[in-house]
This record gives sequence, structure tokens and C-alpha cells, in this order.
Amino acid sequence: MPPVVKIEDIHKIYDSGEIPVHAVRGVSLEIHHKEFLALMGASGSGKSTLMNLLGCLDRPTRGRYLLDGIDVSELEKNELADIRNQKLGFVFQGFNLLARTTALENVELPCLYGKERMTGKKMRERAMYCLEIVGLANRADHMPNQLSGGQQQRVAIARALVNQPQVLLADEPTGNLDSKTSIEVMGVFQKLNEQGITIVMVTHELDVARYCKRHLILRDGVVVRDEPTQDRSIAEIELAKLKEAETAAKLLAAGSNAH
Amino acid sequence: MPRRLLQVLLPAAIGALVIALWYGVHTWLTEDMRFLLPAPGAVLAAFRDHGSELARATLNTTEGALLGFILAVAISFAFALGLSLSPLVRVSFYPYLMILQMTPVIVFAPILVLWVGAGIKSVVVITFLICFFPLVVNTTQGLISTDRNLVELFRMYRARRLQELWLLRVPSALPYFFTGLRIAATLAPIGALVGDYTAGSSAGNGGGLGFQTIIYSSRAQYPALFATAMVTCALGFVFVAVVVSLSWLVLRHWHDSYDRADG
Repeated sequence: MPPVVKIEDIHKIYDSGEIPVHAVRGVSLEIHHKEFLALMGASGSGKSTLMNLLGCLDRPTRGRYLLDGIDVSELEKNELADIRNQKLGFVFQGFNLLARTTALENVELPCLYGKERMTGKKMRERAMYCLEIVGLANRADHMPNQLSGGQQQRVAIARALVNQPQVLLADEPTGNLDSKTSIEVMGVFQKLNEQGITIVMVTHELDVARYCKRHLILRDGVVVRDEPTQDRSIAEIELAKLKEAETAAKLLAAGSNAH
Repeated sequence: MPRRLLQVLLPAAIGALVIALWYGVHTWLTEDMRFLLPAPGAVLAAFRDHGSELARATLNTTEGALLGFILAVAISFAFALGLSLSPLVRVSFYPYLMILQMTPVIVFAPILVLWVGAGIKSVVVITFLICFFPLVVNTTQGLISTDRNLVELFRMYRARRLQELWLLRVPSALPYFFTGLRIAATLAPIGALVGDYTAGSSAGNGGGLGFQTIIYSSRAQYPALFATAMVTCALGFVFVAVVVSLSWLVLRHWHDSYDRADG
């Protein structure tokens, strides 16, 4: 099977300011079907720029980018947007859900645009299916302000899935969440990955990156390390451990109260 | 005493205190100066004596205020949509909007009388002019204050400009719109009264509260003037109350009406 993402010696130079900034300096990368990649690096390492390039939000200054076999490096802005809607799904740090709009309608949102027009019923069914995948079918008619942070991010993940993308791109998806909720959200990503979805995730937290399968570390616009995850965390196990610890703490507290 | 009860009793007590003070000042004045502050009873009597003409005038002023207000809401909304298109459009139009707002309506009035004639038409136009500015400024601000991330999300999904407007910008502008509406609602009855005072006409029983103000002051019917002031105030309260409940209904609907217990 050919790689879903193949980039060859890609460069990005920003020359809008006084001094041109060489943010990405020759990165080559192949991402295969069912991979789960953590893109890491300090701020200024070029990870956000690389993410924007992967997401077809920006075009490389030099180099080639094949997304699902299509060369996207030379495409027009509109063509790029169409490819983006067909092949990619996005999850953001800040959830970016529409207030005053139910979870289901938020998930339907990407279907409203794009080339192929869907009937309302089909749109609804597909959105509902995606909410089921992230385990929120029973919250379909809730407003974002009635959902917890973790639930909001799961709605955002369902929204990213609704156009059946090849690759899910997540930019610091746990950045606004506490550690337990982060594990829950990573569990959703792991489940999706097992079901065959390729995921690329930007994060600066090693704890979170440990749930991925492969670590790619950038520094000064080049890849300095690319290796499989050692000692991979599995969300289900970690959550079970947490629960056990909580129960133990409660028992301890109850025990000390009894004295 | 429970807090709830205090919240009702205290305002009532202060109201009674003000009336007592009012009566006190009235009796403290020497007999020949008492016309300056008619007794509460005299104002009540004025309501009785001038009731029918005050009612008619209130109706006429309400009509002018309502028409001008609705016209201002409709046109300002369309205008704000245009202004939200680009900073260039805003820069081009804002100075003239300011001019419109800065020019005192009193100066406009005689010109308006020339253009559309004295009476309800002038009253409506003056109310419109007074309400227009806060509405257009607030609505425009709301339309351009949409969460940047969401705008980018819409652009990323390649939403059409019109979809961005109706699905994103207009809904998120609603709280701002209602702020403008609330300001305009306090201004509309005052605008109609001023309009009536400066460009009104009593032809065909069309005079409003502004017209009654002229008549009562020329006849030195001071208790009736106080009554007119109170009626105008009450009218303002009704306008604001309607808008506040409307905004509560609309905004609450989006926030809480879907609030259901977990299934």
C-alpha cells in the first residue's frame, strides 16, 4: 500500500517580515495507513508549520507533497481546499465548536460545504454515526456549554470524522484538558486508530505522545529523531489504574474517618 | 427578614419616602411659590382632568415611536451587514454616520417639516434618526467581533460568504444587536416626544405628548406637565421591558432551552 502522506525535501520560508524565516528546512517523511504519529518539538521548531503544510493550509516553498497519491504542492488555493475537505479532518486545541448549536449540528457543519451536496437526512445519519463512534450519541442535542471540556473535544473529533477523511490532524488536542480527560480523549484517538484511521498529532507533552505509535521530533526545522514509541501507554489501562487509585484513596479516607 | 421580602419592601419604602419628601417640599414652599412643585394630589387630579387627551396623545406618540423604532431596526440591520463587509467600507461610511448622530435633531426639525410636512411623518423620521446610530454601531461591532478561530474554521471548510454570515456572524452578533436594541428602546419614546415637540401637528387629533407639553406649558398647567412627564417615563419603561423580555426569550432559548437531564 502506498503511503497516505509522502513529503520529499519540503521547505517553508516566510519572507513577509524583515528577515526571511526558514521554518521548515528540508523534511522528508512517509506516513502509512493506520499510523499514529506524534509530532513534537519546542516552540519555534517548525512543528506548527509542518502541520499547516500537512493540512494543506499552506503551500511549501520547495519540495513535493503527495497526499493519498495526489501531488498537492502545485495546486491552486480552491483545489487545495477541496482536497483538504475530502482527505483530511482537523481537531484543534480550543475545540472551536459553534455556541448556540447542538452537538449534532456542529458535527454536520463540514457537510454543508464542499462539492458533493448531501440530503439533510443522510447528513444527519452520518453525523449521528460519528457521534456514536466517540461515544456521545446520547448528547446529540446538547449545546457545547452543556458539555464538559473532554466531551466538547469528542464532538470536535466527530466533526473531523464526518467527511470520512484519510488522515486526522490534531493540533494539541489535549492542550486545554486536565490529565484524566486527556487520557479519555487519547483513548478515543486510539480506538479510531485501531479502526483504521491514520492520525497525526502535534503535542509538546511526552505523557500524551506516549499514546501514539511513532514519535517525530523536530528541531530548527529539521527532523532530529524518528522512532517508534517506547513503552506505549494504552488509555484503557491507564484509566483503569486511575480508577483503582481513586478507589484506594477513598477507602483510605473512609478508614481514617472511622478512627 | 428574608432577603426576598426586603428586595420588595425597600424599593417601595424609598418610593414612599420620595413622595413624602415631595409633599414636604410642596408644603414648605410659600403659598405663591407652590406652583413650582404641585402637590402629588394635584398631579393625580391632572391625570383625571386631562386623562382622555393624555391617553390620545400617548397613543399618537407610541405610534410614532414604534414606527420610527421598527424602521431604524430594519434599516440599521441591513446597513450593518454592509458595513461588516470590509474595514474599507466602514472607514468610508463611519464619518457620515457620526455627522448624522452629531447634528442635533432640533436643527433638523424645521427642515424635516419642509420636506415631509409636520405631523406623524416627521415624528417617525426624527425617532428613526435618534435610534439608528446605536443600533447600527452595535450590530456592526457584533458582526465583526466573531471568534477568529471559528471564522478560520468556516474558511477552512470553504463555507460560502453567505453561509459564514448566516450561520456564524449573525448568530454571534445577536447579543450586541440586543444591546443596541435596548439603548434604542430607551431613546425611541424620547425621540418621538422631541419630534412631536419640534415638528408635530395636532391636525386630525394627531398631536402627541410633545404637543401636549407645548400646550400645558403655554397655559401654565404645571400639574398636567408633571403628569405628561410620568406618562412618557412609563412609555419608556414599556418599550425597554418589551425589548428586555424579547432578548431574554431569544438568548435564553439558545442557551438553556435544550437543558435536559441526562438520559
